[in-house]
Amino acid sequence: MGRITPLLWLLFSAGGTVAALLFPVHLVLTGLAFPLGWLEAPSYEFLHRLLTHPMIRLYLFVLISLPLFHWAHRFRYTLYDGLQLKHLTELIAVLCYGVAFLGTAMTAYLLWNIP
Amino acid sequence: MPSTVALTVARYRPERESEPTFQTYEIPFRKDWVVLDALNHVKDELDGSLSFRWSCRMGVCGSCGMKVNGTPKLTCATFLSDYVPAPIRVEPLDYFPVVRDLVVDLTDFMRKLKQVKPWIIRTEEKPPAEGEYLQTPDQLDTYKQFSMCINCMLCYSACPIYGLEPSFIGPAAIALAQRYNMDSRDEGAAERLKILSEHDGIWQCTFVGECTKVCPKHVDPAGAIQQYKLTGATRWVKSLLLPWGTR
Repeated sequence: MGRITPLLWLLFSAGGTVAALLFPVHLVLTGLAFPLGWLEAPSYEFLHRLLTHPMIRLYLFVLISLPLFHWAHRFRYTLYDGLQLKHLTELIAVLCYGVAFLGTAMTAYLLWNIP
Repeated sequence: MPSTVALTVARYRPERESEPTFQTYEIPFRKDWVVLDALNHVKDELDGSLSFRWSCRMGVCGSCGMKVNGTPKLTCATFLSDYVPAPIRVEPLDYFPVVRDLVVDLTDFMRKLKQVKPWIIRTEEKPPAEGEYLQTPDQLDTYKQFSMCINCMLCYSACPIYGLEPSFIGPAAIALAQRYNMDSRDEGAAERLKILSEHDGIWQCTFVGECTKVCPKHVDPAGAIQQYKLTGATRWVKSLLLPWGTR
C-alpha cells in the first residue's frame, strides 16, 4: 500500500476537486432548475444525442469515477481512524478502493455501450 | 459580570498521586485577565505548588499552550471574559506525557522537529565577504506564513492522527519543513522530502484540518501538508515516468 499512496492521494484530491466544482452545477440544474421550471428541461432525445459525442462520455466518466476514489479514500480513513479498525486495515483498503474500481469499470462499460 | 470565577485545574503530582485529578480555585474575575493571569494568581496567592510553563505573556514564546475548556489554546491570549460566567477548566495538552500538573514532556516534538532539518541547507556556503543572500519581498511572502510558527504544539494536541499514531511527524514540523523548502536561499528540499515522504511523514495526514483551526499564529499547517503531498505525488509520478531521471 505504501508504494501507491501518492497515486491514491492524487485520485482522492482530483476527485475532491471534481466533486466540489462540478457536482453543484449538476445538482442545481437537474435538482432545482429543471424540475422547478427555472430553465426549460432538455428532451430525452437531445440528451441522448449529446451522449453520442465521445467528449461528453469522457466528461461523464471523469465526473463519476474520480469522486468514487475520493469517497473510497475518505471512507477508508473514516473506518480506519474513526471506528478504530486498525487491525482490518488491508481488508478496508481493498473494499473501499475495490468499490471505487468496480464503479469505475461499470461506468466505463455503460458509457461505452450507449447505442 | 460576576466578581469571581471557578477555575478548575488538572493536577498531577507523581510523588502523591498515580492518576491526574482536578482542583478548583475561586479566583477574582477581571475583564483584562487572560487564563495565564488566573493561573499566576493561583500560584502567587492561593497554591504555590501549581506547576505550569510560561514566559513571554504575549503570544511569542509558545510556552503556555494548554487545553482551556477542551480546546488547545495559548493561555496568554485567552481571556477569562470569553468564558464567564461558565466555569473554566484548564488541562495539559493532549497526547503528550504529563510531567507535572500542566507541564508536558516536549521530547517527542523536539526530536521530530530536528528530523525535518528546519534550517537553511546550502550545498555550498558562499564566503561572508560576498555578502548576504538577497531575497525579494515576493520570495519572502511565499514562506513567511509558515515561518510564524512558535512551536507551541497546539496543533499536535488538536491532531487526532497524532493521538492515534504517535509516530506521525505532525503538523508543526511539516509546516516548518515547508517553510525552509520554499525559502529561495535553501537547497535542502530533496533531503527533507526523503524524510517526509515516508509513511510517518505527510501521508499519515488525513486532512482533518484541526491543526489550522487551533493555530494561534495562523500558520495553516494543514495547507502546508497538502502542498507537500502535491510535491511528493508529483515526484512519484515523475519517478514512474522517468525512472532514471530522479535517482
